[in-house]
Amino acid sequence: MHDKTLTELAAGLAAGEFSSRELTQSLLARIERLDEPLNSFITVTAEQALAAADAADAARANGEAGPLTGLPLALKDIFCTRGVKTSCGSRMLDTFTAPYDATVVEKLAAAGTVSLGKTNMDEFAMGSSNENSFYGPVRNPWDLAAVPGGSSGGSAAAVAAGLVPAAMGTDTGGSIRQPAAFCGITGLKPTYGRVSRYGMIAYASSLDQAGPMARSAADCAHLLGAIAGHDLRDSTSVARGVPDYVEGLDAPLTGLKIGLPREYFGDGLDDGVEAAVREAIKTYESLGATVREVSLPHTHYAIPAYYVIAPAEASSNLSRFDGVRFGHRCEAPADLIDLYKRSRAEGFGEEVKRRILIGTHTLSEGFFDAYYKQAQKVRRLIRQDFLDAFEEVDVLMGPASPTPAFDLGANKDPVSMYLQDIYTIAVNLAGIPGINVPAGFAGGRPVGLQILGTHFAEAQLLNVAHQFQQATDWHLRRPALAEETA
Amino acid sequence: MQWETVIGLEVHVQLATRSKIFSGASTAFGAEPNTQACAVDLGLPGVLPVLNEAAVAMAVQFGLGIHAEIPEVSVFDRKNYFYPDLPKGYQTSQMYQPIVGPGEVEITLEDGSTKRIRVHHAHLEEDAGKSLHEDFHGMTGIDLNRAGTPLLEIVSEPDMRSAKEAAAYLKAIHSLVTYLGISDGNMAEGSMRCDVNVSVRPAGQETFGTRAEIKNVNSFRFVERAIAFEVERQIELIEDGGEVVQETRLFDPEADETRSMRTKEEANDYRYFPCPDLLPVVLDQAYVDHLRDNLPELPAEKRARFESELGLSAYDAGVLSASRAMAEYFEGVKDVCGDAKLAANWVQGELSGALNREGLAIVDSPVSAAQLGELVARVKDETINGKAAKQVFQALWHGEGDSADAIIEAKGLKQVTDSGAIEVMIDQVINDSPAQVAQYRDAEPDKRGKMIGYFVGQVMKASRGTANPQQVNKLLKEKLDALC
Repeated sequence: MHDKTLTELAAGLAAGEFSSRELTQSLLARIERLDEPLNSFITVTAEQALAAADAADAARANGEAGPLTGLPLALKDIFCTRGVKTSCGSRMLDTFTAPYDATVVEKLAAAGTVSLGKTNMDEFAMGSSNENSFYGPVRNPWDLAAVPGGSSGGSAAAVAAGLVPAAMGTDTGGSIRQPAAFCGITGLKPTYGRVSRYGMIAYASSLDQAGPMARSAADCAHLLGAIAGHDLRDSTSVARGVPDYVEGLDAPLTGLKIGLPREYFGDGLDDGVEAAVREAIKTYESLGATVREVSLPHTHYAIPAYYVIAPAEASSNLSRFDGVRFGHRCEAPADLIDLYKRSRAEGFGEEVKRRILIGTHTLSEGFFDAYYKQAQKVRRLIRQDFLDAFEEVDVLMGPASPTPAFDLGANKDPVSMYLQDIYTIAVNLAGIPGINVPAGFAGGRPVGLQILGTHFAEAQLLNVAHQFQQATDWHLRRPALAEETA
Repeated sequence: MQWETVIGLEVHVQLATRSKIFSGASTAFGAEPNTQACAVDLGLPGVLPVLNEAAVAMAVQFGLGIHAEIPEVSVFDRKNYFYPDLPKGYQTSQMYQPIVGPGEVEITLEDGSTKRIRVHHAHLEEDAGKSLHEDFHGMTGIDLNRAGTPLLEIVSEPDMRSAKEAAAYLKAIHSLVTYLGISDGNMAEGSMRCDVNVSVRPAGQETFGTRAEIKNVNSFRFVERAIAFEVERQIELIEDGGEVVQETRLFDPEADETRSMRTKEEANDYRYFPCPDLLPVVLDQAYVDHLRDNLPELPAEKRARFESELGLSAYDAGVLSASRAMAEYFEGVKDVCGDAKLAANWVQGELSGALNREGLAIVDSPVSAAQLGELVARVKDETINGKAAKQVFQALWHGEGDSADAIIEAKGLKQVTDSGAIEVMIDQVINDSPAQVAQYRDAEPDKRGKMIGYFVGQVMKASRGTANPQQVNKLLKEKLDALC
């Protein structure tokens, strides 16, 4: 059952081939057996999962099952989950049990899905390799020497290893798409405002967006339909109807205009990655699409602008972790300042501290105009680049990452790590949606094709991704680790 | 040397919304600690603010009340600093694009003259919680009930030149916000708090002196006292060859002095930036127009109307329009009794006297405006005389009856105007007072006027105060003169 897509599992449940309890038990056993080297879960909620599975089976027996009822999945440990430890990958929240459900969690539960647990991640979603977790690094199921990408590395590894058919991730600068690429799965970052951020622990509020990670674009379409929509508790969620994302999956791609951003095929792009991506583009041409080169001239400003805006927001967002009301508090503080200093020094990891320092600096008097305001101007230019490109083409395509998954410990220098996100980061600055689809391998490690659309073009992205997956089988490949004990 | 004082005020007004500015928790005062703080107020991981529309409407109403520009777009910013009762580590405020632009407030000074004080802007922000140092030995308690209560911070230009002007400005703001119904204006509960910027300069000098900001000035009286102390401190300092340093000072009402809290060098860098969790507030013209069309009558308009339409003196109009509660009470009495001048006399006389004696605010008056109105109506239609009216008022005040009519009935205070009945009482008094009658008869006619008082008193006593005093006077005079 572990190698089936959500869509296949839903059919199995509907046909009575197996119950949600059987499915849940089998996957819980798989997590137990296989997750130790991967370290993809921080918390497995077996008891709650079985209760939810039983409830789903009962609902089905009563004829009340919806399309997602009884389907198992996992949640990145950034989503507040009532009564469950919600750590955000940080020592700071190692003892924090959320007293409420995030909107995404609430909606998935309302749709009848069964959460098996909380997945590992870079601390506070800051990282591109999942090496920044208080709970230790996650390893890539395709090669345990490699990282799974980050920050939603646990979600990506768990899906790739067949521990869950789908998982929720979040994406601030590539944190869904890049780990999806490294682990050979499908991952969608929706338009900013498409999915409520309520209950999702904030890293950079103007960039954060939740999205599905699964085995196929069709699965992502089902999940996006369940989590998208306006939420009165999130003022930045957009009051706009949610289309049926499944309905349009089969539309042919004849006449689709694909743009290849010149800047996404330049220096630093791994040959193997480029070859796989170019091959994928050819597949699209064979499906009736036309291809042309476009330019996103401000691309090279995206990383500097991101590393001003995101840390600025993070430095403020993470101020609430002060040891006063919840989370880590140091032993025997001498006074208030000591409480603050030691609780935060002990609770936060190195990368989090680095970004808090950068953000505090860029917002300081005398630097605000030079950094923050300037970065906001750049952000508008980057957004305009995309809007201009979408005047000419329907979607943009390119690699999700310049290289396949790298080895653990390979990127010790923070800046070289930041450069990993060169193709994903501008998308968050512009607020547009992007999807990663598996497109082959380079050096035995998966390669991801990134497809970008204009604001609220998720249905189109899913259609374009789905058609590729009808024509190829890259998304069906499984790592040996997932098969050997099957 | 002659010194001139320059004062600017930052007034924080708690807005009377039912729920908080960014959450659905109640804003009611006085609940058990931390029972009115929800996940958003606690700053739990993952929570987000949602702007309370009522707070926006109230801020705009204030802006309209001071004839201010209402910008189409305003933006919330985060003011970052660490404090235990500031749950998120930042206060959501408006630094760069406030909701209310420049306006002005007219103040009335003690001599009756008026002056316009310019308002630089007013912005919305959330209140912090409270740190409780007294109740816990060696520890600090934190009560987050107040965290997230909406505040409107009203920042004046440095237009005031004396402590009296500052107090008058504060009173004008108080009057305006209570008229608008956007705050209960309860200073004792912290609904209005004030920071005062004070500097001095030689009279005639153009440039401002270095200012000190005084925090924690939370009553009309304290504003005057804090400024008086601070002005004297600064003048003495300069005259002794010293220099005023820019700093934040705290007013200590117990010691009646201001003390240095922190200097400019120690000031926080608040690292303001636009709050990414809240969208800019965009007000369309129709929304603002709707609020403008539905503004209640404001103090200045009411005062003018009291003079022009009701014929009250400038003084009476000023006193009766000074607060919304006073004006509403007065108009309630007037509407029931139909006589503005009589109503004004009773509200400012008997009622205010009783309230002052008991230390009560007008909203807490045991006698309602309707009750007093009925009582005044009975005076006006001469059902009772003035003396009986005071008795009825006391009875109402002490809850001895629900209405003036019931008390008049129960106590038999209805004025006797039947001249036959009065004549019977007069005849009895004349019969019982032969000595006084003789004195009256023997007196010079121009002395008799004074002597008649004795007989009037006796007749009134015989009627238990209910006889019509004018009638008694007239009939007595006729009867006594007939005896002469």
